[in-house]
Amino acid sequence: MAILSTVKLSVCVLGQMTMSPVQRLGKMTVFFFWGLIHIFSLPLQIYKIVEQIFFIGMKSVFVICLTAAFTGMVLGLQGYYTLVKFGSEGMLGAAVALSLVREMGPVLTAIMVIGRAGSAMAAEIGIMRISEQIDALETMDINPVRYLVSPRIAAALISFPLLTALFDVIGIFGGYITGSLLLGINPGVYFARVESSVVMKDISGGFSKSIVFALVVVTVCCFKGYFTHLQTDGFGSKGVSLSTTSAVVLSCVLVLIADYVLTSILL
Amino acid sequence: MKTPLIQLNDIYKTFGANRVLDGITLSIYQGEITTIIGKSGGGKSVLLKHIIGLLEPDAGHILFNGHPLSEMKRPERKILKRKFSYMFQGNALFDSLTVYENVALPLKETAVLPEKEIRRRAAEKMAHLDILGNEDKYPSQLSGGMRKRVALARALMTDPEIILFDEPTTGLDPIRKNAVLSMISDYQKKFGFTGVVVSHEIPDIFYISQRIAMLNDGRILFEGSPEEIQRSPVTEIRNFIYGYEAPQGAYSGRNNQPYVERRFLQEMARLQNHDIAFSLVIFTFDNIDEIYEHAEHIAGQTVIENLALKIRHKIAITDSCSRLGLNKIVLLITNADRVQARAFCEGLARDIQANDFIKPKPSPDFCFSFSVGFAQATRDSSLESLLETAESSSNPFYQFKVC
Repeated sequence: MAILSTVKLSVCVLGQMTMSPVQRLGKMTVFFFWGLIHIFSLPLQIYKIVEQIFFIGMKSVFVICLTAAFTGMVLGLQGYYTLVKFGSEGMLGAAVALSLVREMGPVLTAIMVIGRAGSAMAAEIGIMRISEQIDALETMDINPVRYLVSPRIAAALISFPLLTALFDVIGIFGGYITGSLLLGINPGVYFARVESSVVMKDISGGFSKSIVFALVVVTVCCFKGYFTHLQTDGFGSKGVSLSTTSAVVLSCVLVLIADYVLTSILL
Repeated sequence: MKTPLIQLNDIYKTFGANRVLDGITLSIYQGEITTIIGKSGGGKSVLLKHIIGLLEPDAGHILFNGHPLSEMKRPERKILKRKFSYMFQGNALFDSLTVYENVALPLKETAVLPEKEIRRRAAEKMAHLDILGNEDKYPSQLSGGMRKRVALARALMTDPEIILFDEPTTGLDPIRKNAVLSMISDYQKKFGFTGVVVSHEIPDIFYISQRIAMLNDGRILFEGSPEEIQRSPVTEIRNFIYGYEAPQGAYSGRNNQPYVERRFLQEMARLQNHDIAFSLVIFTFDNIDEIYEHAEHIAGQTVIENLALKIRHKIAITDSCSRLGLNKIVLLITNADRVQARAFCEGLARDIQANDFIKPKPSPDFCFSFSVGFAQATRDSSLESLLETAESSSNPFYQFKVC
């Protein structure tokens, strides 16, 4: 009898452990679709979208430029010393450009935006939740998902590919600084390799990734903030800090998982 | 028999192990102000959130015009929601928006109105609540009382049919508290909305409410008129109501009504045992509505407060003075018959000047108009009958104007 009850309990726990993430994922998916649909519900929230583009996109430009420049420089440095062993340092432009356009551009852009704007989104919406501002929206018959989430999704869909493009360009110039200016590769060879190696499929693949990452990041960060009050391990300001942390961690992990999945599909 | 606009039937709500609502049954009638009183943390705000649909009951039904909320379809609920407005206990102002943006938000997001019209309506509401001039400030730059008034202005912006007020006057000074209460009452008369107010402001809230419900241990202990609750013999109710009683009004030195009731009983005993006469005088500020039209609500209440102060300076220590309603003051004068009471009023009218009430006047030719009713107590008088006599239209009034 004791064995039976232990088995029963184990099955229950296992069931709960399986069901709980599935339910959360379902809830997040529904939340995402409502947010996406309401981008197009009338009247269009153009002003709010522009405001969010400024916040997510414009305000991230400096940090993206800085990260991209040093990433490109490191790639140039590492690439040069690897390629020079095979006497093919002339391929540095291709190596740097392909690494950035296909992988590092979209992923690092997403991770930098998570740190700068994603955490702010989760914290802002979380504070609105605990101070009853979201309840106030509901009582005013203003759809909180439409008001808070939809403009952010729309803004991220516009900002992420543009920031990724900026990252790619600055990164390629970073590679040029180390490869050509510091280590002496002919600049013509460097940029000719960039031009010949990168094809449209690489660029569209990188942009596809950045669009998927935009959806993942905004959905996760807004979702975590929106349901701050359902946190079981912390309430009030502690709850907000926990949701912000988990929003950042989960977004980063999901971006890397999505990157692998997309790469395997796109290649 | 009237059909309630909102009917709560046997509502239960539990949070964890804590049962907050334990079978609430309550009726809210159209065009009336229903006030819910009760101990702090007793579930009053939870009850309001059930009415507006922010919380779902564990058991029981909420009916609007006889239709259960739970059976309404999405479009029906949406239409119903537009009739509501809610003023939160913690204000729930958007801290990243300015005062104007907060007040205008409900109209900007839900109505198709030109910006100019929204701005005009917002300015009108803000002027009524004495917050004009703070449009560009953020909520964090305002005092607690001002934030409360911004929240109230926002709640009134859409001219809703049903407004739920969660402690609208907590944190306000006595003058602004009365101004907000008189504004709720005035707007209710003007627009005929149905109000549900959660408040601790006893007895002030009785003057503006048509019905009072007392929540105790998750149940409705009392439901009835303000007069009925004040006469209730139930110990819990009496303790709760009079537990709030202070010997003197904090701001103006006026006594509150239960104190006058006690004084009345003491003077009645003196009259019956020693034949010492006393009189009751009721001052009515006749043109308070004109003040509301020309100036803010706060101006009307300032006049009443200042009249009370003036009376207080003239009366003897044994006399007592209390507010009777939003525009009335009742005065109990000991050792005085009707003639002496009238002489007191004439003296008061001679001494008082327009500057004593409010500076500046709403308009240069504005006159503050008061009528005064007198009633001398007899051995078998009750306080109610004496008040009725003093207010009766057959009773010869003394009237005076201060210009």
